[in-house]
Amino acid sequence: MTRIGRIRLLVILTAVAALEIACRTDLIDRRVVIPPSEMATSLLRILASGAGNEDIVRTLGMIAAASAISVILGFALGLLIHALPRVRAALDPLFATYYAVPIFIFYPVLIAIFGLSLLPILLIAVATAIVAMIIATLNGLDRVPRVLSKVARVHHMGALATAVRLQLPAAAPYLFTGVKLAVSYGFIAVIASEFILAPAGLGRQIADAYADFDNRRMYALMLLILIIATVVNTVLHAFDLRWAERRGRKIS
Amino acid sequence: MSGTVPSSEAHARLQGVTRVYPPAAGHPAVHALGPVDIELRKGEFFAVVGPSGCGKSTLLEVLAGLQPATSGTVEFEGRRVSGVVPDNIGVVFQEDASFPWLTVWDNAAFGLRRSGAAPTEVRRRVDDALAFMGLRDFARAYPLQLSGGMRQRVCIARTLVLQPRLILLDEPFGALDAQTRLLMGEEVLRLWRRTGASILLITHALDEAAMLADRVGAMSARPGRFIEVIETGWMRERDSTIVREPAFAEITGRLWDNLRGESMKALGHSSMAAE
Repeated sequence: MTRIGRIRLLVILTAVAALEIACRTDLIDRRVVIPPSEMATSLLRILASGAGNEDIVRTLGMIAAASAISVILGFALGLLIHALPRVRAALDPLFATYYAVPIFIFYPVLIAIFGLSLLPILLIAVATAIVAMIIATLNGLDRVPRVLSKVARVHHMGALATAVRLQLPAAAPYLFTGVKLAVSYGFIAVIASEFILAPAGLGRQIADAYADFDNRRMYALMLLILIIATVVNTVLHAFDLRWAERRGRKIS
Repeated sequence: MSGTVPSSEAHARLQGVTRVYPPAAGHPAVHALGPVDIELRKGEFFAVVGPSGCGKSTLLEVLAGLQPATSGTVEFEGRRVSGVVPDNIGVVFQEDASFPWLTVWDNAAFGLRRSGAAPTEVRRRVDDALAFMGLRDFARAYPLQLSGGMRQRVCIARTLVLQPRLILLDEPFGALDAQTRLLMGEEVLRLWRRTGASILLITHALDEAAMLADRVGAMSARPGRFIEVIETGWMRERDSTIVREPAFAEITGRLWDNLRGESMKALGHSSMAAE
């Protein structure tokens, strides 16, 4: 582990220890926050009992599906829009302001149309995540050096070979940024949708625990989401770091 | 002096070639090049110098088949060039065209693998090219871990492994410092002697052109035409030490005599150019 990594870990451990002490000494009311150790033991109990497995699988499945659809469809749309400059000129203002509009307000509309099922959650998650991937794809393709298309012609490469062998790898760092954002947005949208209105899922379980004043269960599930999100982001970051090192690019 | 030689010796030929960029996005048409008549001899080293924006790179791209000529004909080894880069032409560009996602070795092997060469042949030629370009110790490195000069050597190695008979170099050392350019020039001379290929070098550096080339074509301001083609008369075995030769200063001075006025025109000082 690097020195900066050790410092990061130390900061987190210190914060957790401080919270533990504050809760144990009643500096923080246990009705508001429980000690982290109790969150962890409660989570272990839930996992050991298997009571939350169905919700965990459902939520993670939704996040995976929403992320995959957003990445694949967003990439394809990005390619298409990049190839059509007039369409892009028309859509650019929409992309520029997309995240200024809370897409989430359409969730009730989707429930009204499709009912209380998985589909509205999937649609709202994809709608939240896909534009990040489209923008990243456009950004990446814009930055492919023009000289590469000349190199492709010198090597007698067709359009498909040029796209796959040169343009895609050249744009890959930007595409990967889109993947990271799409996964993050997918995560937020699925959990938030479940939290607001859904028959099941981790978000729904947290909402129920909150309504029942069941702090142990609520914080345990929140901890689980934090751990999953951290692991996913760490894995993605590790991939990015490896790419960056290979390309001589420095990222923090 | 003439830019033409008897057809039997010609490796590539441009006859009455012009290039006019059509109007686009509110900008008027631009007559970038020509008419140009020039013949490159087999195995010769030909350099082109001229003011900025005179159409040097356009000339190279038209010859390579990367751009169509608006009028006139382009031939390479007796065949007309139109829209497709002919086999046996290799191009090294001014911009860094190395692939940052591939190692130096894989960069060099890129074109050869695409051509369907056997893996053993790929290995042999790539190892040979990297050794020749002084990159053997960096075979597993990635381009962005190397200096600008070394990255250009990677691009040259990628061209070299394909064993082209005509190598087009578009200001490949433009971004390098003067000392590195001299040394890279020596490497290009070694490459030229070893491969026996014809070389067309586009450069803005008069000393580089005078040192490297058998003939140097001086171009006018846009639309670029050849004002004069100068035979340097150097022996095939030469290196950067010829910069000490009196003839070197004479050639460089003559090139500058040709280009001073054209460069002023390119800068918009037409009245000074007339003096």
